[in-house]
Amino acid sequence: MQLLIFNAFCVGAVVSALLMVTTKRPVRAAMSLVATMSFLAGLYVLLDAHLIAVLQLIVYAGAIMVLFLFVIMLLNVEEKEGKLAGKTMLLQAFATVVVGLVMVTMVGLFKANGSLGAAGDASDAFGTTKAVGQMLFTEYLLPFEIASLLLLAAIVGAVILAKRRIDDSGTE
Amino acid sequence: MVSLNSYLMLGAVLFSIGAVGVFTQRNALIIYMCIELMLNAVNLTIIAFARFLNSMDGHVFVFMIMTVAAAEAAVGLAIIISLFRNKATVNVDEINLSKG
Repeated sequence: MQLLIFNAFCVGAVVSALLMVTTKRPVRAAMSLVATMSFLAGLYVLLDAHLIAVLQLIVYAGAIMVLFLFVIMLLNVEEKEGKLAGKTMLLQAFATVVVGLVMVTMVGLFKANGSLGAAGDASDAFGTTKAVGQMLFTEYLLPFEIASLLLLAAIVGAVILAKRRIDDSGTE
Repeated sequence: MVSLNSYLMLGAVLFSIGAVGVFTQRNALIIYMCIELMLNAVNLTIIAFARFLNSMDGHVFVFMIMTVAAAEAAVGLAIIISLFRNKATVNVDEINLSKG
């Protein structure tokens, strides 16, 4: 049963990822990425990471992708953006082959080095909000506070970068 | 029971698809999405290792990666907006201001 669910999510994630990298339309790519992230959230549940699965849906598929869609709508990019020149096509084919070789090497390494044994049943607390939160506020308190500072810096930076300068807003 | 290797291979495949996208796409927005896909592939690998080593430290790592991804998306998209305002394009081939 678990294998069946894994295979279904696996195929779904890979197919929607492929759809994303082959399309030329930003909105279609964003929707495919939302699908990939939802399938990955399902895989996290299979791995007993319940809090991370919910965060994946809320933060990634929700907040970050909505931000992407807002920017796509704001920019109103024309369809011609995807057109490619002949020389670029050659470079792209080369890049694809190189990445394929890297992937084959990675898979070969997994095969050569064997695997950890099958995981036993996880304890009831594994991956719950309470357990992860306890680690976050004791062992990893300093990184947690630094993360909040990073988010604050990102908010200020995004506002500074995206706002119009007063002198070219046309309403002086 | 699904083996660890299956999860690692899925992570490798998704990471490679994301890398191919970064190399082949010419739209800055889609390149950003491909980078997000690569981050997600790494997250999957970390969560799989956390489960099979029976240690929850990986979950905290993934939490931090999500924070960094959110910050990166906000700042990166702001850069794309101001770039679009100046050059009226998001095609990375036409954005070559610092080309020597």
